[in-house]
Amino acid sequence: MPIEPIVKVLFILIVMVVGIAPVITWIERKQSAVMQDRIGANRADLAGITILGLLHPAADVIKLMTKEDVVPVGANRVLHLLSPLIAAVPAIIAFAVIPFGGVYHFGDTTLNLVGADIDWGLLYIFAIGSIAAYGTVLAGWSSNNNWSMLGGLRASAQMISYEVTMGLTVVGIFMVFQTLRLSDMALAQDRIFWLFGAIPLPAWGIIYQPLGFLMFLTAIMAENKRPPFDIPEGESEIIAGYHLEYSGMRFGLFFMSEFIEIIVIAALTATIFLGGWSVPWIPTDTIIGAISPWLGVGFATGLCILIHFATFMLKVFFMIWVQMLLRWSLPRFRYDQVMNLCWKILLPLSIANIFATGLVLLLVKG
Amino acid sequence: MLPMNHVIALSAILFAIGVLGVATRRNLIVMLMSIELMLNAANLAFVGFNRIWSQIEGAPAVDGQIFVLTVIAVAAAEVAVGLGILLSMFRNRDSVNVEEASLLKW
Amino acid sequence: MTVEAILFYVFGILAVVSALGMVLNIRNTVASAMSLVVTMVSLAAIFLLLEAYLVAVIQIMVYGGAIVVLFLFVVMLLNLSTDEFPPGKQRVVKLAVAVAGVAILAQALVALDQNPLLAGQPEIVPEGFGGYRQIGLSLYTDYVLIVEMVSLLLLAAIVGALILAKRKID
Repeated sequence: MPIEPIVKVLFILIVMVVGIAPVITWIERKQSAVMQDRIGANRADLAGITILGLLHPAADVIKLMTKEDVVPVGANRVLHLLSPLIAAVPAIIAFAVIPFGGVYHFGDTTLNLVGADIDWGLLYIFAIGSIAAYGTVLAGWSSNNNWSMLGGLRASAQMISYEVTMGLTVVGIFMVFQTLRLSDMALAQDRIFWLFGAIPLPAWGIIYQPLGFLMFLTAIMAENKRPPFDIPEGESEIIAGYHLEYSGMRFGLFFMSEFIEIIVIAALTATIFLGGWSVPWIPTDTIIGAISPWLGVGFATGLCILIHFATFMLKVFFMIWVQMLLRWSLPRFRYDQVMNLCWKILLPLSIANIFATGLVLLLVKG
Repeated sequence: MLPMNHVIALSAILFAIGVLGVATRRNLIVMLMSIELMLNAANLAFVGFNRIWSQIEGAPAVDGQIFVLTVIAVAAAEVAVGLGILLSMFRNRDSVNVEEASLLKW
Repeated sequence: MTVEAILFYVFGILAVVSALGMVLNIRNTVASAMSLVVTMVSLAAIFLLLEAYLVAVIQIMVYGGAIVVLFLFVVMLLNLSTDEFPPGKQRVVKLAVAVAGVAILAQALVALDQNPLLAGQPEIVPEGFGGYRQIGLSLYTDYVLIVEMVSLLLLAAIVGALILAKRKID
């Protein structure tokens, strides 16, 4: 009975999907309230106790589950039902390859905190990102509604354009780290990089590829249809775009899939560019070596696991905060500006980034 | 290890379904999709045979998979141009029924 | 019966059923396109079972994520979803072709089953088979001419598709 994969799957489903995604809806409400100098939602209470509005996600889930399920007349019922699932499943299965910790040795057992440590992990994420485009396209078309169709077409054009750019922006990182395996990328950032031989910096991806980081963040936020790129669900233009005709838990699935993908974006960016689970300036061996004289190697390794996991979650929450910040400060792009940004600005810049990285690697490594 | 003759048999079955689609349907889009199915069946045969003869003197030989990548690229190009032709045909005749595009028949 | 063989039969049957669903679906073209996606994803799963990892991922990304989306665009923009045409005069000829095709296919399958060439295959593949490193090495050292030709072909296809789909410039 394979215990380890089942525990990992349960961890992803319970902690990440059911645990953290509702907390992110609360973060969005509270952060936008703080940024806009208001209080935010704080009325949901349990016997008179409101905990800063933390009960609102639970209230939202209960509300969505008890709402009536409306399928519009003339809509294709099968596709109308399937589209929220096609949108939600790729967001959840993206967690399978993200490393929550490194490889730890307890005597003769090895613990690898990745769901599936596949050799082409980053390509897997791009592949399921391409499948996620179908959810929005089918939702827009199957609702038998002009505004939904417009939203769905805009969404699919935006998503497939930014997939191309997203792939090209990380080619620089592939060239630097020489691997597509996400756990190896996190491991390669667990060192110290000596700038000009004198200044110690953590060997993070953002130090090697600052432009790549900015471009990747732009492309993957556009892939998630996150404001400022939320033309497909443009609230003031085409009502609600592709998820207009969805009510109740079907809308809840679309909503949840967007927020789960926020966590995926944060975790991916943290793994590739911000060092993943590694503590900056302190490699794993230093941590274990520092603690084990007092508590023994096994306990030191266990404590190291907790430290690494906490560091990773800290970086994930930092990236979530950055995404919320970008959402609530930038106005929405116009559709032709979105396409212009992808094809005329990001694509040439990413190719130039590849050339520059290749040149620097050739000069540095001879 | 998979039963290799069944892999090649699956490729033959999918190819035959693709031929059925092209020969029987009159909607140009479904004909194009059946052509894609035939190309996919050919890709499966390439990868299957590459799995059988997977080494040359101990070194891995991935020639079948390179063919598959080439076929995928060619299929993408063909779909783009084919859909362009379909758009022009739709604009001129307002229909994608291939039986109406028979001006050259005598 | 290993787990791999069971998975292969599951995905193989899924591929055949969705391919038939694509070809025989008269009423709804969008459902045909989605059946094609299911076929392609099951073929990608079979590629994974055959240890061709890069090809499987590229199959999902390019075929499933771009080519069929292009089909869906055209279907939705031109609103081609529900018109299928009344049966023409050629229907009997087409049915005869279909029956002949099935007969040839059955003969091919019988011949495959008795083929000794497919019997003795190596169980273990060499290290790095199907991974992106080996394919990248082969592609850019032995087959670099194919890469250049495919890039020219894609350029020609982009220009051709643009010109064909452009409206007239009056």
